[in-house]
Amino acid sequence: MGAFIKRMGVPTFIVAAFLIIVLVSAFVLGLSVPVLISDALRRVGMNGLLVLAMVPAIKSGTGPNFALPIGIVGGLFALVCCMELNIVGFQLLLYSSLLTIVICVLMGWVYGKLLNAVKGAEMTIATYTGFSIVALFAILWLTVPFTNKKMGWMLGSGLRETIQMDAFHADEIISKIGMFNIGGAREVVDDVTTITGGVTIPTGILLLFLLGCLLVSLFFKTKTGIAIYAGGVNPRFAQASGLDTNRYRIIANIISTVLAGLGIIVYSQGWGYAQLYSAPLNMAFPAVAGVLIGGATASRATCVHVVIGVCLFQGLLTSAMPVSNVLFPGTDLPEIMRMIIQNGVILYALTQVKGGGR
Amino acid sequence: MANHFPGLSQDLDHLNRQKRDDQPVPGLHQPGGLLPQKQFKLGAFVLDNIVTIIFVAFVLLGFILAKQVAFSWFLTELSHRFYRNAFLVLSLIIPVVAGLGLNFGIVVGAISGQLALALVRYFYLGGLGGLALCFLIALPIAALFGWLTGLLYNKTRGQEMIASLIVGFFANGVYQFIMLFLVGAVIPVAAGHPMIMPNGVGIRMTVDMDTLKYALENIYQVPFEWTLVVMGGLALLYVLWSQFLRRYKPGKSRPTWFKFAMYLLGSLAVLILGLNTVLGEGLMDMVRDVPVATVALVLLLVVFTKWIMTTKLGQDFRSCGQNQYIAESNGINVNRIRIIATILSTVLAAWGQIIYLQNIGTLNTYGAHNQIGFFSVAAILVGGASVSKATVSQALIGTLLFNAMFIMSPEIGKAVFGQAILGEYFRTFMVYGVIGLALGLYVWKANKQSRVVLEPDDVLDQPVKNTLKK
Repeated sequence: MGAFIKRMGVPTFIVAAFLIIVLVSAFVLGLSVPVLISDALRRVGMNGLLVLAMVPAIKSGTGPNFALPIGIVGGLFALVCCMELNIVGFQLLLYSSLLTIVICVLMGWVYGKLLNAVKGAEMTIATYTGFSIVALFAILWLTVPFTNKKMGWMLGSGLRETIQMDAFHADEIISKIGMFNIGGAREVVDDVTTITGGVTIPTGILLLFLLGCLLVSLFFKTKTGIAIYAGGVNPRFAQASGLDTNRYRIIANIISTVLAGLGIIVYSQGWGYAQLYSAPLNMAFPAVAGVLIGGATASRATCVHVVIGVCLFQGLLTSAMPVSNVLFPGTDLPEIMRMIIQNGVILYALTQVKGGGR
Repeated sequence: MANHFPGLSQDLDHLNRQKRDDQPVPGLHQPGGLLPQKQFKLGAFVLDNIVTIIFVAFVLLGFILAKQVAFSWFLTELSHRFYRNAFLVLSLIIPVVAGLGLNFGIVVGAISGQLALALVRYFYLGGLGGLALCFLIALPIAALFGWLTGLLYNKTRGQEMIASLIVGFFANGVYQFIMLFLVGAVIPVAAGHPMIMPNGVGIRMTVDMDTLKYALENIYQVPFEWTLVVMGGLALLYVLWSQFLRRYKPGKSRPTWFKFAMYLLGSLAVLILGLNTVLGEGLMDMVRDVPVATVALVLLLVVFTKWIMTTKLGQDFRSCGQNQYIAESNGINVNRIRIIATILSTVLAAWGQIIYLQNIGTLNTYGAHNQIGFFSVAAILVGGASVSKATVSQALIGTLLFNAMFIMSPEIGKAVFGQAILGEYFRTFMVYGVIGLALGLYVWKANKQSRVVLEPDDVLDQPVKNTLKK
């Protein structure tokens, strides 16, 4: 048993055990398990790309990307720029994604340069870089001279804290592509089919997530990808073999930042709101915890870890809410549990980092 | 040990060589001595003190731009904030000296302090006795949590700073679990108690401190102008003494005449500012009185911190801070020393949080501790401290400068952009930016130095070790 847990990874095992307990108690309590699963799948799709952004950073040896907010505000900035031009629907997502790639490549490049200057303390510096950028963009959101009424305050200048995506006909549009139900009662009234119950599969968003994973793992099969990985595993050896490790670290962090930017667009459309100001501040930590729960460490991560981790973590978070509401009404237990698990997992991973100390 | 660190002998060599070069020759550095004085380079000076310079410039700019700010109001706010924050900032010094870096984990200490406060308030205790009881109860709680945190830091060697940040978040989760859920659900509490939520589970968002409020401040207060007179007078005497009468140990030198003139002018200015108000109608009349007990506690901690550095324990802290491996080979139990440093810091932070909260007057149960780590670390960095070096004066100056920025930022936002909220976002940016900038510059400089010194014979056999070394 001990060896099994060790192979699986302690965080993975604990979270999986928790998830099973919660699901079983949901069943016992008579809660609708299909609804829980549908909810969890939706959240998996929403958070998938954000967690995937950890993989290139970890592989390149800079540790989990605690500066995820850099990419996130980049993506949000692209989104509000396109909103200002009143682009709606799929076009909004498409154009803002393209703009995101441009912005995030620039930001990721600068960030990568920064990381190369502070080797050995990347995680700490990254955290504060991320925090600073969020605060800086809070000033930007307040002062940017955008005039579109759908995202401004009623009075005064600046953007709203949350911008509704449905004002731009862009809420859940990726999620709804090819959405179908497994099970549930089908009812046809005047040629309109309504399905109640059953597991809803948000095909579009899940496919997008899996496509992202596929592309990232394919990328790490290319020459550049292998070079990034080599630099992460043993930078001195890679350098001795003639690889410019600094360059590959920058490339990896550009990819990570771009994934974060695209990730927040997908997240916003799935959530129905684009959240500005302080919302991105703490978004890095659940994503870091997500990949660690999947079995990654601060120096080793694959796309499989991402898929497992995001399913377990998001599954637990979404299903714990209704169960706790029945068992302990009026308490904020799921949020507390999220804090403890998320930060506990990160701490555990930090204790496993080798070396260090002076 | 050798297994863990294959490059030890090399490193020792370097260190010895460096030490020999760095050793100051007694007496030679004095003005008029044999060696030329260290040249003053503007570029290096600015780079070394960039964070402090930014803050001074910002506050000065604030006075120019925000004309609505009255100086006496500013001093009231600043002095008030200084009294309640200084203790917390001072609690950061010991871990820095012991080589643990900046302890963002003082949040754990703050939480312990709040647990003690909540316990005392639950039994309706108040006044000075209640406050003393708070200090007493916080001691074992903070010591226990500090011990656990210290164990964790020993496990996450080289990554203490990110670990201390995350441990703060983690402790916050555990704290909320205790205060929101265990209290009432597991720990039996009296239903209908004003501190407990209406449904009988969990402690309310805010807890009234009743007579605990200002318990320290109410002991004795003196007018601000008199404090200025006393401080200015003492400073003047000290400056004169150190220029004309003091005998210096070898290696230390008398201040230059330029410095002497600056010190003299400074202390005279303070003295005159105070005397002006005492004798006639000066500005300082409007400034709030000085709470003697709070200031005394801060001074006590200053003396304690300075004293502990002269003891064997303080020497061990410094050895661990300089090089763990050499300390270990000299027979110091590095793990133990690091844990002691963490416990001390956590206990002091718990007390600091109690001092802070009795001044605020209400306990914001789930919010009061969250920002403490960031603000205190930013403050000590603004004072000129770094990951490996922190002194009492840096902590005190930093507290003043940081809080000056905190007061001025919304005022500048109001004056320049017509929006105070803009200034508030800006000061959030300053907090995180300062920490990022100071840490980034430190690592960057250290990396540059180690590249120059270590690269030639630092080959493949070295582990990818933490570069946060000198």
